[in-house]
Amino acid sequence: MIPELGNLLLLLALAVALVQGVFPLVGAHRGRADWMALARPTAYLQFVLVAMSFVLLTVSFVRHDFSVLYVASNSNSALPLLYRIAAVWGGHEGSLLLWVLMLCGWTVAVARFSRSLPNVFVARILAVLGLLSVGFLLFTLTTSNPFDRLIPAAADGRDLNPLLQDPGMVIHPPMLYMGYVGFSVAYAFAIAALIGGNLDATWARWTRPWTAAAWIFLTFGIGLGSWWAYNELGWGGWWFWDPVENASFMPWLVGTALIHSLAVTEKRGGFKVWTVLLAIMAFSLSLLGTFLVRSGVLSSVHSFATDPRRGLFILAFLVIVIGASLLLYAWRAPSVGLGQRFGLLSKESMLLVNNMLLVTACGGVLLGTLYPLFLDAMGGGKISVGPPYFDTVFVLMMAPLLLLMGVGPLMRWKQDEAGNLARRLRWALVFAIVAALLSGWLMGRIAPATTGGLFLAWWIVAAIGVDLVERLRPKPGMGGSIIGRARLLPLAMIGMMVAHLGVAVFAFGVAMVKTYETERDVKMGPDASTEIAGFDFRMLSIRDVQGPNYAATQAQIEVSKGGQVIALLAPEKRIYRIQNNPMTEAAVDSNPLRDLYISMGEQLPTGEWIVRVQHKPFIAMVWSGCLVMMLGGFLAASDRRYRVRQTRSAVMPAGSVAGGVR
Amino acid sequence: MKPRHKRAAIVLGVLSAVGVATALVLNAFNSNLVFFYTPAQIAAKEAPQGRTFRVGGLVQAGSVVREGVTVRFVVTDTLQNVPVRYEGVLPDLFKEGKGVVAQGQLGGDGVFAAREVLAKHDENYMPPEAADALQKADKMRAKMAGTLDTHSASPSGAPTPTPGAVK
Repeated sequence: MIPELGNLLLLLALAVALVQGVFPLVGAHRGRADWMALARPTAYLQFVLVAMSFVLLTVSFVRHDFSVLYVASNSNSALPLLYRIAAVWGGHEGSLLLWVLMLCGWTVAVARFSRSLPNVFVARILAVLGLLSVGFLLFTLTTSNPFDRLIPAAADGRDLNPLLQDPGMVIHPPMLYMGYVGFSVAYAFAIAALIGGNLDATWARWTRPWTAAAWIFLTFGIGLGSWWAYNELGWGGWWFWDPVENASFMPWLVGTALIHSLAVTEKRGGFKVWTVLLAIMAFSLSLLGTFLVRSGVLSSVHSFATDPRRGLFILAFLVIVIGASLLLYAWRAPSVGLGQRFGLLSKESMLLVNNMLLVTACGGVLLGTLYPLFLDAMGGGKISVGPPYFDTVFVLMMAPLLLLMGVGPLMRWKQDEAGNLARRLRWALVFAIVAALLSGWLMGRIAPATTGGLFLAWWIVAAIGVDLVERLRPKPGMGGSIIGRARLLPLAMIGMMVAHLGVAVFAFGVAMVKTYETERDVKMGPDASTEIAGFDFRMLSIRDVQGPNYAATQAQIEVSKGGQVIALLAPEKRIYRIQNNPMTEAAVDSNPLRDLYISMGEQLPTGEWIVRVQHKPFIAMVWSGCLVMMLGGFLAASDRRYRVRQTRSAVMPAGSVAGGVR
Repeated sequence: MKPRHKRAAIVLGVLSAVGVATALVLNAFNSNLVFFYTPAQIAAKEAPQGRTFRVGGLVQAGSVVREGVTVRFVVTDTLQNVPVRYEGVLPDLFKEGKGVVAQGQLGGDGVFAAREVLAKHDENYMPPEAADALQKADKMRAKMAGTLDTHSASPSGAPTPTPGAVK
């Protein structure tokens, strides 16, 4: 009964989404306030319907209803409760429902926090989001219904993929989806503005916090995915340039470009046409990511679907969405005026270069991700594009980007002067060089490429310092203490500094771990020991342990440094009972300065094990850098300026609207 | 400089920067493409020596030999075999009789020195390259037998390569 109810709710949601997508849009065109007023209540109703159906699916998982095909394929009676809940989005159908739920959630947020926006504009935004929802609901209902019954019911489920049974996995997909889907808001704002022809600074100001919010979630999702891969895949790698990772990374790159471009549009009225295009691109890449991951075109941990109908549907949807928005863009964008002029050396030109670099980097990733697929589809044979390519592209694009990240924020709008800048930044340059060499020296080896990376990290830090000192310096006619002046700094400004600091932390971590990490594959039995980077690893014992739904061989390994025991690590090799898959469960001893990472390979005929031990200096900074970036995004998005109400708020309260519907 | 010239300079600068960036990306792309060869192609000496490429197929049953950290095994497409040497930890789903893809270089002694061994994370899943190699070998066998039997030897769950991919 529960699955049927869930199904019914989804059908109702589809009907509501249609109303939300069509009436407000037509109403906005014809100037009918009653039709436009439908936008908010339908958005709320749709969210409630989808959320209830999501809850019903969760209930089916919690209650082990193996008469539901999706539950039977992704759960098992021995699966712990937490993972049963996470299993709701552990497969294709459920993750799609999660996607729709997120979309409805964002829509409700827009409906709720857009009271200060003109009614026509809000109606168009909500209608665009409604139409997107129609597409995804149709996809769910026609090709991937999570409520499909399995008759006769299975005695027990096939269990959740063991790789997904990890706490990181519980929140990684929702966060990533929040980011993906979040760009739909920036997209809807852009489309609504294109339709209405009111692309201006106000539009940019409204879009900025939404873009930042989506970007925060996407950053978190990607960072979490990387952390999960590091802990769960058992190889100690944290980024593989896997097509699925790339699929999430491309919207991030364009989204980052969008954030910067929006700044110019808001402050200077420039880049308008380009900003709109970026908003369309960011969401299109999110859709492309969905297509790549969900169509079964790529085969990896993430792709669940092999049903060609699904791939076809998403491809068609992709073509319609991207095609329609580009058509609209080509039709309306030329009528948008150019912004103010700016000099060669100005904040605008710096942000322009920032955008070019980010978009080129994204193009490089796109090429490396799609070309092998394209070639294969054309019958050109199978090739793969390995990490060396992506690494090269990234160093090429990111090195100048980070260099300019130091200079850009200090530059003036419109026109600045080179000599003046050089004078302001000379000490930062000296500091960065010294700090980079010193960091290398402290690690015992100065490598040229690493010094470059470390220099860029320190350079950003030093430039932020200069920026901060200049802004907090007492100015004529402005009294008060230093704290008083600090409180006057706009939050958006502080957010930018923090986010850039996060990039520096990240770059520092990457440079350190790439250069100074060491690993060793050794044969180990009880009492055997090995040494890397000054740490001694001694295997104490090997024993069998039983988990709720797996059996494992666990090694006890004692780590000591200079005779002092510092950690006892217990890596495991697990066999999950239902799917009969072996899984490497690495053991990690982590602190801010370094990780010690041990994973078990396979057992030799002699009874000994191949064990991989790794020492990874500063790897924690890779993820803490992401967290700092997120904090920066959060600060910037919460700037009060974005929430100031407009005076002409002819907003109808949502509750009173229902009565007005004829 | 007049504003008009300044604008032209900006446009020119941006265009040349994009041009240089694109050229660098394409160059990196070209030198990092990893091609795929089947055991049959390697046996026919079609694979290059001294350049990294991928080979895929099944791990021949009974061929895995461990010598400490070094492991030797044979990749087969059921017609031709390639001996492979690898040092280090094999992926969890590496199993005799299952699909595998190895990336590395072919040595003068005919042994493929793998730097990376990939086996994917689902027992039913066959790496596309491995499936492709088996399919090709199957076609070959069918041709040799003089039949037009297109029966596939690839295990269930293997993604069927697009028809165009098989020449």
